[in-house]
Amino acid sequence: MFDFRKSAAAIVAAASLGGLLGAVPAGAQTLNVVMHSDLKILDPIWTTAYIVRNHGYLVWDTLFSMDDKLEVKPQMLEKFDVSGDKLTYTFTLRDGLEWHDGKPVTSEDCIASIKRWGAKDSMGQALLARVTDMKAVNAKTFTMTLKEPYGLVLQSLGKPSSNVPFMMPARVAATDPNTQIKAEDVIGSGPFIFKLDEWKPGEKTVYVKNPKYKPRSEPASGLAGGKVVKVDRVEWRVLGDHQTTVNALLAGEIDMIESPPHDLLPVLAKDKNVKLFNANPLGNQYTFRFNVLHKPFDNAKVRQAVLYALNQKDFLDAVIGDPKWYKECKAMFICGTPLQTFKGWEDKLNSNFEKSKALLKEAGYDGTPIVLMQSTDLAVLTNLAPVAKNLLEKGGLKVDMQSMDWQTLVSRRSKKDPLDKGGWSAFLTSWVAADVLNPVMAGFFNAGCDKAMFGWPCDETIQKLRNDYATETDAAKQKAIAEAVQVRVTEYPTHVHLGQWYSPFALRNTVSGNIEAPVTVFWNVTKK
Amino acid sequence: MLDFIIRRLIAIIPVLTVVAVFVFLMLRLTPGDPAAVIAGDNATSDQIADIRNKLGLDEPIWTQFVIWIGNILQGNFGESFFFKKTVAELIAQRVEPTLALAICTLVIAVAVAVPMGVLAAYRHGSLVDRFVMGFSVMGFSVPVFVIGYCLIYVFAIELGWLPVQGYVRIGVNFWGFLERMVLPSVTLAVVFVALIARMTRASVLEVLNEDYIRTARAKGLSNRVVLMRHALRNAAVPILTVIGLGIAGLIGGAVVTESVYGLPGLGRLTVEAVLSRDFPTIQTVILLFSVVYVVINLLIDISYTLFDPRIRY
Repeated sequence: MFDFRKSAAAIVAAASLGGLLGAVPAGAQTLNVVMHSDLKILDPIWTTAYIVRNHGYLVWDTLFSMDDKLEVKPQMLEKFDVSGDKLTYTFTLRDGLEWHDGKPVTSEDCIASIKRWGAKDSMGQALLARVTDMKAVNAKTFTMTLKEPYGLVLQSLGKPSSNVPFMMPARVAATDPNTQIKAEDVIGSGPFIFKLDEWKPGEKTVYVKNPKYKPRSEPASGLAGGKVVKVDRVEWRVLGDHQTTVNALLAGEIDMIESPPHDLLPVLAKDKNVKLFNANPLGNQYTFRFNVLHKPFDNAKVRQAVLYALNQKDFLDAVIGDPKWYKECKAMFICGTPLQTFKGWEDKLNSNFEKSKALLKEAGYDGTPIVLMQSTDLAVLTNLAPVAKNLLEKGGLKVDMQSMDWQTLVSRRSKKDPLDKGGWSAFLTSWVAADVLNPVMAGFFNAGCDKAMFGWPCDETIQKLRNDYATETDAAKQKAIAEAVQVRVTEYPTHVHLGQWYSPFALRNTVSGNIEAPVTVFWNVTKK
Repeated sequence: MLDFIIRRLIAIIPVLTVVAVFVFLMLRLTPGDPAAVIAGDNATSDQIADIRNKLGLDEPIWTQFVIWIGNILQGNFGESFFFKKTVAELIAQRVEPTLALAICTLVIAVAVAVPMGVLAAYRHGSLVDRFVMGFSVMGFSVPVFVIGYCLIYVFAIELGWLPVQGYVRIGVNFWGFLERMVLPSVTLAVVFVALIARMTRASVLEVLNEDYIRTARAKGLSNRVVLMRHALRNAAVPILTVIGLGIAGLIGGAVVTESVYGLPGLGRLTVEAVLSRDFPTIQTVILLFSVVYVVINLLIDISYTLFDPRIRY
């Protein structure tokens, strides 16, 4: 009797084998991954998008990297020296570093790369504003001279998240920072090689192991240490739909989902062939951002009322749900980091509505509604605004919540127009914790008026403290300054932190060795 | 006939002009800034402004329109704001899955729906007729993505017969292509089977009451010959019209089906382009869809002459 199931299985097996043979070399170990987004842009200096940053970590390498204790360690460097007056840094590259096209990595390449990154990134701009000269001593050694001691040289060059100071060949780094590099110039010295000929946006992005890469001898730790590649290929697949992605993992068609939606985690946890792994113990931080240009949030006292009206748990319950994947944390610079402190926030974020109403009365709040923008198409953000509306109204504010897709919100938030002409008062978003580890790195602390990020806070005290933090070289004193910034934000609120949340990888049991780091990386990963 | 075809082809020009102006203006009036999307979430206003300047988005709308139309007339559809690829390249990469899905769906739909409709008409009022009508109602009512998820659950997850997602190019691996086309095509075909079966049933039923059918039966012709040669052929024009109109629905359905099955086709390209405000890509894809729609309807009009000799152009 004809057995359809067996026949179908045989056809499927033959087809799969055929497909495999047609696509990649026999025996190649391929890791099939669905990332949080499709890779459309290839230049990690041109954009701050996280998917491009992750792509950058595969292709390019960095002078320094941050380890799992958040300490900055040499990565491409054999050594570095700081002069006694802390004005001259001398960097020496490791032996045997090569670009994917076979040419050696030189000091000139690194200087050009730092210049391009420094023209775009806020920490890079702050660093280069203090640099008087960068000079190649020889092919492997270069110096950076400062006009004053600066406490964030290594933290800037070892910055883990966007924009990451990736080292590129000098001819590529010569590209105007506001122009994207050419696709054929995606040439790094990192552990993987980008396969331009197999890059099909909307379908897949392919990386192959860089056979000439020389990993450091130390074990991998965070983004630092030896980047030992244990698979032949990494394929980023684009499936689009969350349910389809989960089904594909359950069926064994893919090996890993970088950020499965929280509502589908119970389905994945139940399957014995799948495991959940939180690779980013610092997680992400929800944030409520004020626009200080318009009434009523132009009044710091009204913004202070918001600090009392909100609480973190309601937000985290509404979006994440399972307490296993979130943490209430009143530390603005993330719980579990050297700058963790709760100072100034002990009595806030407790939904003390009476206090909120009292502050509004004191501020002379006239009932002007705030325009709260709600993003409706990203599951990790959608429920935040309704919770905020509810709490703020209980706290005495009038709220006009306006719903839109994320890209409309992104576009609208950069506009300074008045509220009745399409302007806004507040919105909610999420930061990767690695982007908010100190007051200089975290963009929402920038209170430089027109130079600040959307919301445009304007406060000399915060700016002075941030500058003090940047120039201070003693860690204990830096912590005291960070604490002062956090306290100042309770007086002149720029934003409100609404708790940390975690997004675990979903992995087939055949995959192991994933590294705990603030960025998804693929070295050290094996597949049985 | 040739006159008719030439006139219809010329008529495409004003249609495309209207579509081009409409799409261009709609995109510019819709909230959303591609520069902000490109710059990423951590970008400053200055960074966004730099990118806007690079893309020419700070030019007046009419200047942007003139540049775009000028380029189109020279056969240059522009470069995607996001991918370092021309829009023509992007479309070329994505056209095969959508074309394959559309063809497979139409083949399945016509192959299943026409016999179903004829049978239902022939057995008017019977259980078969009720089943066909019931199926039609279900086919119209159940959303495409629900059908897709149900089929995936049964045939890919539970039975493991077919893959959940993905696309293999026909030239790379024919069997891989076929196994990945079965579920998406069946999913998308359900609504077309419902539509075409219903229309076939109604048309054939009407024709079956005509005098010439009675005459054919009186001549002693078999039921099969009566149905296929006399009834179906005379009922074909409205059925073809429905198939033509269905092409528009097919484009919309492909967007959902490609998302559910992870097919890298034009439907998903459109969605991605809309979500990221990739103006050149959206404009070109919509123009392409318009051309396809107009041309297919022209072909349908021409095909009427094959079934009904009374129709002359």
